Amino acid sequence: MSRPKIARKSTSIDMTAMCDVAFLLLSFFILTTKFKPSEAVPVNTPSSVASKIAPDKNVVMVSITKEGKAFLSFGDDADDKARKQDIINDLNSSKSLGLTPAEVSNLVKAPFLGVAFSQLKQQANLQTEQMTGAALPGIPCQDTAHNEMTEWIRAVMSAYAGGSPPNILLKGDNDAKYPTFKNVLTAFKRNDQFHFQMVTNPVNVPMGTALYQQNMAGVKPAEE
Amino acid sequence: MAEMDTSGGGGHKKGPGVKKGKKLSTRVDLTPMVDLGFLLITFFIFTTTMSQPTAMKLNMPDDRDTTKTNIKQSGALTILLGKDDNVFYYEGELAPDASNFKSSNFKDIRNEIISKKQSTNDVDFFVTIKPSNESTYKDVVDMLDEMTINVVKRYALVDIADVEMQLIQRTEGEPVTPDAATPAKPSK
Repeated sequence: MSRPKIARKSTSIDMTAMCDVAFLLLSFFILTTKFKPSEAVPVNTPSSVASKIAPDKNVVMVSITKEGKAFLSFGDDADDKARKQDIINDLNSSKSLGLTPAEVSNLVKAPFLGVAFSQLKQQANLQTEQMTGAALPGIPCQDTAHNEMTEWIRAVMSAYAGGSPPNILLKGDNDAKYPTFKNVLTAFKRNDQFHFQMVTNPVNVPMGTALYQQNMAGVKPAEE
Repeated sequence: MAEMDTSGGGGHKKGPGVKKGKKLSTRVDLTPMVDLGFLLITFFIFTTTMSQPTAMKLNMPDDRDTTKTNIKQSGALTILLGKDDNVFYYEGELAPDASNFKSSNFKDIRNEIISKKQSTNDVDFFVTIKPSNESTYKDVVDMLDEMTINVVKRYALVDIADVEMQLIQRTEGEPVTPDAATPAKPSK
């Protein structure tokens, strides 16, 4: 049977518009991604089932690297920076470190503080790129006798004394050994700081466990 | 697929020095580019929401508070952390001949905690975590996480005793470091 040959029209859709939409959405997400400041101190945190998001305002963070070095950093907003300046000035006068205002402001801009008090002047004179976790020796807290972290926490507590208490975060590497952790805890305890939080990666609650059943039943965890 | 329409130029003789006379119309199909764009979008969607680290709370008891909390030995479980993710535990008090000193790992310890929890009352159940100097931060956090997973209400993080340290070292096969304070234990 002869069939009239149906003229085949090509159905190619012009994809230009779709491409524009795709790239618009892409730019939106790229611009709204908050990139964490590149970690000068590389720390791999362990994971936990804790569900509370780590705060990033009003925060004082102690990082422990896997070699056991402790570093102190503060939040990024203006309030936290002002407190950081108070803390450094406080320690400057109480320990007579002899830091000039230029050095103090350089330290305030630094991503973290990681030297003994005697070397603080040297850290102030370093460029920001040179301040890495590998280069700096960390705040000494290796043994109970020379725990300088206690002094830092004391200055932190007095700087935040008037307003809301700071969130104290502890960010430790998976392979950091227990003694450093214990000494940092001692520094907290000596300053009457008994509540603090440890930064972890989130994981799901394992199925079948008591916590899982609690979550399923809608019971809010006791301490949140 | 991209296609080049070269049909319109047939018939011309190509000689050396002749400029390209025929116009080539190129039609590029943009479908793969759109696929790529959406792939990148989904990547950024997922990475923005999942990059928030969570915080695990830890409350420590006040050390200067000398009133010791009374823990019933029957409800007490002590967990010791050694090096290389070794876990040891014993129930109640450590027997002089270390007969109740058992070893485990992170997977089995959960079953232990669950069985101990089921066999004691809620008020009596207490877990003591004692990390040794060789244990890592990850071990400690994992053990604290186990407390949360199994909804253990009362637990404490304390320093390890020398006796226990020696037991761990013996079990792990390390030469026992002689300790001046405690008398030398006869090797098992």
